[in-house]
Amino acid sequence: MQTEILIAGFGGQGVLFAGQVLAYAAMDAGCEVTWIPSYGPEMRGGTANCTVIISDEEIGSPLVLNPRGVIALNLPSLDKYEPLVKPGGVLVVNSSLVNRGSRREDIESVFIPASEIAESLGNRRLLNMVALGALVAKLPVLSLDQVKRALEDHLPERHKQFLQANLQALDAGASFALSVSRVGV
Amino acid sequence: METTLSVQIVYQRPRSLTAVPMHYCPGCTHGIAHRLIAEVIDELGIRERTIGVAPVGCSVFAYNYFDCDFVEAAHGRAPAMATGIKRLLPDRVVFTYQGDGDLASIGMGEIIHAAGRGENITVFFINNAIYGMTSGQMAPTTLPGQKTTSSPQGRDVETMGYPLRMAELLANLDGAGYVVRRSLHDPKNIRMAKKAIRLAFETQLRGLGFAMVELLSTCSTNWGLSPLESLRWLEEHMIPYYPIGDFKVAEALQAIKV
Amino acid sequence: MAKELLKGNIAMAEAAIRAGLEGYFGYPITPQTELLEWMAERMPALGRAFLQAESEVAAINMLYGAACTGARVMTSSSSPGISLMMEGLSYIAGTEVPAVIIDVVRGGPGLGNIAPSQGDYNQIVHGGGHGDYHPIVLAPASVQEAVDLVVLAFDLAEKYRTIVFIMADGNIGQMMEPAELPPMRPIRTEYPDWAVRGAMGRERRILSSIYIDPKDEEVTNYRLLQVWNRIQAAEIRYREYFLEDADYVVIGFGTAGRIALSAVRMARAEGMRVGLLRPITLSPFPHPQIENLIPQVEGILVVEMNSGQMLEDVQKAVRGRVPVEFYGRLGGMVPFPDEILAEIRRMCREGIPPDGDPRQRWMKRFAPIIRWHD
Ligand SMILES: Cc1ncc(C[n+]2csc(CCOP(=O)(O)OP(=O)(O)O)c2C)c(N)n1
Ligand code: SF4
Ligand SMILES: [Mg+2]
Repeated sequence: MQTEILIAGFGGQGVLFAGQVLAYAAMDAGCEVTWIPSYGPEMRGGTANCTVIISDEEIGSPLVLNPRGVIALNLPSLDKYEPLVKPGGVLVVNSSLVNRGSRREDIESVFIPASEIAESLGNRRLLNMVALGALVAKLPVLSLDQVKRALEDHLPERHKQFLQANLQALDAGASFALSVSRVGV
Repeated sequence: METTLSVQIVYQRPRSLTAVPMHYCPGCTHGIAHRLIAEVIDELGIRERTIGVAPVGCSVFAYNYFDCDFVEAAHGRAPAMATGIKRLLPDRVVFTYQGDGDLASIGMGEIIHAAGRGENITVFFINNAIYGMTSGQMAPTTLPGQKTTSSPQGRDVETMGYPLRMAELLANLDGAGYVVRRSLHDPKNIRMAKKAIRLAFETQLRGLGFAMVELLSTCSTNWGLSPLESLRWLEEHMIPYYPIGDFKVAEALQAIKV
Repeated sequence: MAKELLKGNIAMAEAAIRAGLEGYFGYPITPQTELLEWMAERMPALGRAFLQAESEVAAINMLYGAACTGARVMTSSSSPGISLMMEGLSYIAGTEVPAVIIDVVRGGPGLGNIAPSQGDYNQIVHGGGHGDYHPIVLAPASVQEAVDLVVLAFDLAEKYRTIVFIMADGNIGQMMEPAELPPMRPIRTEYPDWAVRGAMGRERRILSSIYIDPKDEEVTNYRLLQVWNRIQAAEIRYREYFLEDADYVVIGFGTAGRIALSAVRMARAEGMRVGLLRPITLSPFPHPQIENLIPQVEGILVVEMNSGQMLEDVQKAVRGRVPVEFYGRLGGMVPFPDEILAEIRRMCREGIPPDGDPRQRWMKRFAPIIRWHD
């Protein structure tokens, strides 16, 4: 059983870090996992994405055409990756930064105002954790607790002062996702 | 009573620059250097016989921005490539545009020998004390104590050597006709830089040998400073180590007023 | 030791350090720069030599000198930088000193791009500097394998006094996976009897690649070949997946190999009897293993991130006895498993034409798919 998650947004939105938190949680849960970023100059001021694959056996390709879960933190990412989500998969969209609704009926889309929720928690930069919380709530691969524990265990020492806020953001994202109904807004 | 409104153009894109948006980071002084060079090419009316040689570095795509013929060199080899072009086409104006890693590290051999031969080319040397393109490693021009990703404790001159003052070094060579250093950190210095760029092309047009303008430049992205702080950092830290000045001006150039 | 989530470039650097690396020389180039940066941080802190050279030409010659002292030394780069190193590599080979080089291959030729590629296969496996020599070439497909192969690389380099390449690509360098690092080995205190370290209390030693008299160079070349024979006999490495009952086999190395694994699993799930052979040593190449598969299989699909450079080695092993098909992506493009699955399906359904050129057939199939303009 293999689950693929792609996280995309602007550089600086914490896309790569959100993927790493997931990867740590998977590793700590004893799963096989790969994390692979888009890299190079295209990241400069532009978009960034990473793919995380979680599996119970040796992972082949670290990149997939049709991921089961996608987080799109901005409009270009939504336009690019919405059509690629595997049927039956989950799409989490940062509705704070997009001006349109869902275009797919065969996936579960969660439009979450992640930037605003993050701001209400006191820091706009928490939006990646808000969105990750929403994805984890909807995708049966790792529990929210596992992800929170991974954050506790692996957040670099110099960022420890942000731990509580990050945990809150995960919770806020998860409860938002669980409170909204199925299929797009 | 009648008033006439006359519209006057005070600022526009030089003919020698294309309309392509530049990929440089916000606040990067590569853009200023490009513009100054393009303005001078326009003023000299040489656009159609100018051939540029782009380096490997953040300015690897310089050829997209200049509206003249261009080639793209291997890392550090721009002076050699320019030599080849100039030897076959002596009446063209050939210039290279190179970063500090490109010119003073991997391309040290090529630049010294081009200058030593008195190769009649014009070199614009963007000294930003860092490797911009590969995200901030130590350059040969990185200042003592300056932290980079490959000198994480700061450049220790005991093990990593001293920064190279390329203008001073190349000015020593008999083949050099014009070698100066300028800076891009404020309007006054930018105006001075433009005059030097003009003279560096004049050197070539008059067959007076190798010309180089070293331009002190910023890299806010890899210095980890805001664009404004970067300009200040350049002024406070780079200029004391890399003084602005003329290190070689051939006699025939001294009379030219620009 | 427990598993850590490690980026390939950093894992390779740390593995080298733990394998007793005494000196590193390099020049920044994407997509391997994190490796150099890790060395910049760690090596001086451990009191070991780190130097950012002024170019790859300088880096390889620094490595050459350092290798002559008998120390464990390494450099790393990516394709354009490796091109610059070729001269120095030939001198290292001619002098028979051990050296480890990591090539995190990117798209080319020329400046190309920084995306993952396998376009350096011929340059590393068959090419290299001037003269008659063979390096050992190891191709990891995961971060853990990269760690293990770096450690092995030093041991092989010293055992045979040869060059050992790690041929990775941008994916291996940039990817994070859980991996276990080896324990820290102590730096050696005894140096080999050829090492040049000052003739204190002994006869002087000379290390050189000059054999002015061709008779002597012939002897040297013959000896190099004898060593190569021993390497071929003892050091072939590979991994097999689902080969027991396979009618068709896919052959791919490194990143292309692991992507093929996904495709093979998908094909198995659809009931096709397909297996995978993933060469780990590209040099020496697993000719005998391919030889063994010939009576069993009906066809072979070679998958690479280049235009079929390893394909030619596979064809050499097969010698026309089984039909071969090829699928490649070029210039820094990476295949998705779905593309390879489509090739497997076609192969299993229609078979492979017994003759003709697999590369030509692929070019025809590929032309309508390739994105000429975007
Ligand atoms: C042979 C080779 N080695 C390394 C590189 C990687 N590389 C690209 S640009 C660069 C340094 C650029 O620094 P600089 O010349 O100072 O230009 P800047 O980006 O700062 O303008 C390096 C090391 C390369 N392209 N080719
Ligand atoms: S990285 Fe530095 S030199 Fe390169 S474009 Fe950005 S600011 Fe300019
Ligand atoms: Mg620079």
